[in-house]
Amino acid sequence: MAGLIEIRDMSKRHYQRGLLSRAQGGVLAVDRVSFSIEKGSVFGLVGESGCGKTTLARALLFLDPPTSGEVLFDGTRLGGLSLRELRERRRRMQIVFQDPNSALDPKMRVRDSMEEGLRNLRVPKLERERRVRKLLELVGIPSEHASGYPHEFSGGQKQRIVVARALTMDPEFLVLDEPVSNLDVSIQAQIVNLLLDLKQELSLTYLFISHDLHLVAFLSDGIGVMYQGRLVELAPTGEIMARPVHPYTLKLFASVPGFAEGASGAEGASGAEGAGPAPGKDSPAARGCPYFASCARGDLACTRVEPRLIDIGGGHMVACIKEIASADADLAHSLEGGKR
Amino acid sequence: MAETTNGALLDVRDLAVEFDSRGGAPARALRGIDLSIARGEIRGLVGESGSGKTVTSTCVMGLLPTPPARITAGEVLFKGRNLLALSAEERRRVRGREIAMVFQEPSRYLNPAFRIGTQITEMLELHLGMRKAEAFTRATELARLVGLGGERKVLASYPHELSGGMKQRAMIAMAICCNPSLLIADEPTTALDVTLQLQILRLILRLRESFGMGILFISHDLRLVRIVADSVSVIYAGKIIESAPREELFRSPLHPYTRLLLLSIPAARNRGARLRVIPGRVPDAQAVPAGCAFHPRCPLAEELCARVMPESREHGLGHAAGGHAIACHFVEKKWPD
Repeated sequence: MAGLIEIRDMSKRHYQRGLLSRAQGGVLAVDRVSFSIEKGSVFGLVGESGCGKTTLARALLFLDPPTSGEVLFDGTRLGGLSLRELRERRRRMQIVFQDPNSALDPKMRVRDSMEEGLRNLRVPKLERERRVRKLLELVGIPSEHASGYPHEFSGGQKQRIVVARALTMDPEFLVLDEPVSNLDVSIQAQIVNLLLDLKQELSLTYLFISHDLHLVAFLSDGIGVMYQGRLVELAPTGEIMARPVHPYTLKLFASVPGFAEGASGAEGASGAEGAGPAPGKDSPAARGCPYFASCARGDLACTRVEPRLIDIGGGHMVACIKEIASADADLAHSLEGGKR
Repeated sequence: MAETTNGALLDVRDLAVEFDSRGGAPARALRGIDLSIARGEIRGLVGESGSGKTVTSTCVMGLLPTPPARITAGEVLFKGRNLLALSAEERRRVRGREIAMVFQEPSRYLNPAFRIGTQITEMLELHLGMRKAEAFTRATELARLVGLGGERKVLASYPHELSGGMKQRAMIAMAICCNPSLLIADEPTTALDVTLQLQILRLILRLRESFGMGILFISHDLRLVRIVADSVSVIYAGKIIESAPREELFRSPLHPYTRLLLLSIPAARNRGARLRVIPGRVPDAQAVPAGCAFHPRCPLAEELCARVMPESREHGLGHAAGGHAIACHFVEKKWPD
């Protein structure tokens, strides 16, 4: 089944300013990532800071168009659209950022911030006001506060306003980039519940980006694990929690207290300091597995063979040549067992 | 592990701090908190932003700017001496040498213009009167101890050349270089990636092991506190509302705020459900509700709660006694659904 969002082999290369930077190749921040998000589902993207989560989100929304690869929104290739057509699609895809303070213009009244998009679409004044009122109520802000300025609201309230603003465009798809990371525990829970309710009520689809694995696992139907610009593992939430496979996923899961039982006893966080080499530097090793340097399982083959995401059963995708070899062996083993 | 209060390393008693604000009512940041740490004990202090965690730590460090802050009551006993009664000069000798601190954002507290090694040796020269060469040897040892590999390279680096995790390690090396008996770690891992968090926590546990220092571990993250702390105090609106040994607190939290806080944390096994939410938000320090500060958000609250501030009382002396104190009128009351 085709998803609402389909990403195929999408890459994003960052170039530095200057004449020669293109010749130098730039930095590959997102490296041939493919996945799809079913309508009405939540896809969680996890990984350490700098692994390319946000770059991926911006590329898929065509805020920073991808360098190569395709993004399909509801079956339409975004890359092939004219600016006008792209605008229309983009209206239906919105993003909520981590920091509501920088997302809201401090000099604009909440109402004006919220109406801005509608005004661009030439929605009549009365209709604009009606919609803003309705959405503020929906996210739990009394609409009489619409004439206030951002500083008059608390952090949690500001994030509610940002969510409401994203909804003014009547989107089908929301990218939530660390939407609760700056909020206190009790406020986090309120916003998370709000997001769950909105998804239900407005039949939304989410891409949820966070470094909080507990939260991602709580919210998401499927989880993708990113490492240095690549998707190294991808599976339904229950599956990846019960049976994390990629060595990096194991390390990531094991480093979070009380998270996946399946990952305990793995090499854990006792391994190498830091996140290894900087993302996407095109060193000779870049052809092989990006995780090779920190991996306990790797051998020479890992530096030569490019690991690709391969389904090891039930939609559980892993990019690790070692794992795939052992999965093959398991399969052969069970086939033999079946013969007897 | 815990000693009697008399033998405590740090004993904060009834500490109250107000901040003057122009025009408005003073902000009551701390409204009489009690907190004690034994030698070698790790005490977790948990609370949401604005609850008074950092005011507590800066006050113990003697770094509270007065004015605008005013210490209106209480004492901070460190090894039996009231720190609040010391002169600025005496205070300075305690700070850094006997009580040291690790902050949330190492980059804000490391001097960007000096090499890491210089910043560590400076501490050693100043506080312990070491010579340069001796200090450098010690700095190398410290770097190894905190997992910076003891490499010259790290000591010769400027802060911007190090990753976040390495900076935090460097900061810890600076904090422990005079072998303090009390270490205050204020959200030491909040700015770090998950994979680094646990490494830093392990380091903190190892330091306690090797040096037997008491540690005040401040965090908003109950999960982290659960890993490192021997005992936990929960602070709400400038008041400790519950305090217990770690196991006890996480197994049977008694204060409604603690209980709700634990329930509001998302976990994968509850997928598909809604989170339990604490309605409303943390009160402004300028307008702390009368009575129990939590009463407007509390599902158990009755009329009494709005009038009378509950005293902190020991609970469950019969079984598993051991300092489970709660400030709530209705500890025994049945929880509504």
